Amino acid sequence: MLLLLALALPAVAQERPYFVTYSHEMEEPGNLEIENFSVAGNPTNANFFVGSNLEFEYGVKTWWTSEFYLDGQSTQHDSTIFTGYRWENRLRPLLGEHVINPVLYIEYENTSADKALREIVGHDGLPDFAGSNALARADVEREMELKLILGSNFKGWNLSENFITEKNLGGDPWEFGYAWAASRPLALAAKAHDCTFCLEKFQAGVEMYGGLGDRYSFGLHNTSHYAGPTLNWTAPNGTTLSFSPQFGLNHYSVPRLYRFGVSYEIEQFLGIFHREAK
Amino acid sequence: MRPYFSIVRIPAQFQKLIPVAWLILFALAAFASLPDGSWLEKVPPAERQKTNPYRGQSDAIAAGRRIYLDHCRKCHGDDAEGTRKRPPLRSDVVQRISTEGDLHWLLVNGYMKKGMPSWSKLPDPQLWQLITYLKSLK
Repeated sequence: MLLLLALALPAVAQERPYFVTYSHEMEEPGNLEIENFSVAGNPTNANFFVGSNLEFEYGVKTWWTSEFYLDGQSTQHDSTIFTGYRWENRLRPLLGEHVINPVLYIEYENTSADKALREIVGHDGLPDFAGSNALARADVEREMELKLILGSNFKGWNLSENFITEKNLGGDPWEFGYAWAASRPLALAAKAHDCTFCLEKFQAGVEMYGGLGDRYSFGLHNTSHYAGPTLNWTAPNGTTLSFSPQFGLNHYSVPRLYRFGVSYEIEQFLGIFHREAK
Repeated sequence: MRPYFSIVRIPAQFQKLIPVAWLILFALAAFASLPDGSWLEKVPPAERQKTNPYRGQSDAIAAGRRIYLDHCRKCHGDDAEGTRKRPPLRSDVVQRISTEGDLHWLLVNGYMKKGMPSWSKLPDPQLWQLITYLKSLK
């Protein structure tokens, strides 16, 4: 893998600074993006934790992006464990850019004791952090997740909304959630010369997400919600660093979450294997 | 080493046609790799008339070159000469037939069924800077 990275030409990904919300922008076909997103939190009456995803996002077509996740978490005074995997596909049904651009998202996940918090649905909240990892690992969740992603770009701003439904294949009811975010680069025009910290390399925005109960108890009762500012910076070598402090909006939420992300995009990944002679 | 034709066992009467077949294949390949300007039919008239606020500005050309190297080079070549699978951007379609408004529309919308993604994630000023650079390649 390291050899492949060394052979690869990095791309400047121009990622949105979102951790939970998906925008309608797809991975460019042939590009592979390797990402790590982590979240740290200190739930009330539970141990400090760090949850993490390693993600491999590949642009299959201009209208189809596929992504594979490996998840893990570490809990203070407990253990560090691998929590499972996910595989998702995003499909863009309307070719071309519209005022609102829909994307369909479908994911299969097989996780247990997950604390990566890449989506909040149903009645996810503080009680999920109360038990030990050993107990939580016994409950393996095999779930299908569907999202409707809506995205718009206007005068440099991106506005994205996600409507989330999740079904535990073990028989639990459908659960619902939402996420939305808005962001904008700090400068819209590019500088004429190479620069490391110029404003066009930064994107800032806000993000908010939470659960909406399940089929039998739809609504805000016993659901958790988070909001916070978010910022990313793209380094000259194409690596994007993201950070967001996020705040629990009610008693059912972790009071504060700190999210960090690193992503690196390899242009035309499969081209590495048939590089043309120079 | 065995001769190629004896491996595939082409009958003698058809061997004279091999150069013709190669010519036809070559012509088809050349035709397939021609810059595809069919997207131009989709551009609405109002979009075609859009003017580039950075037209001819040297700073915009330099900025556009940086954007090109970041986002376009791998598919269209270091110097916009095209690659094995993607068309050159020094072609007549880009340089003479398309207006700057046409190119802006293409960048925003992409031509997804032909593999060109939408670049609407780039802010408008950067798209115009990129177009300024592309048009400077004439």
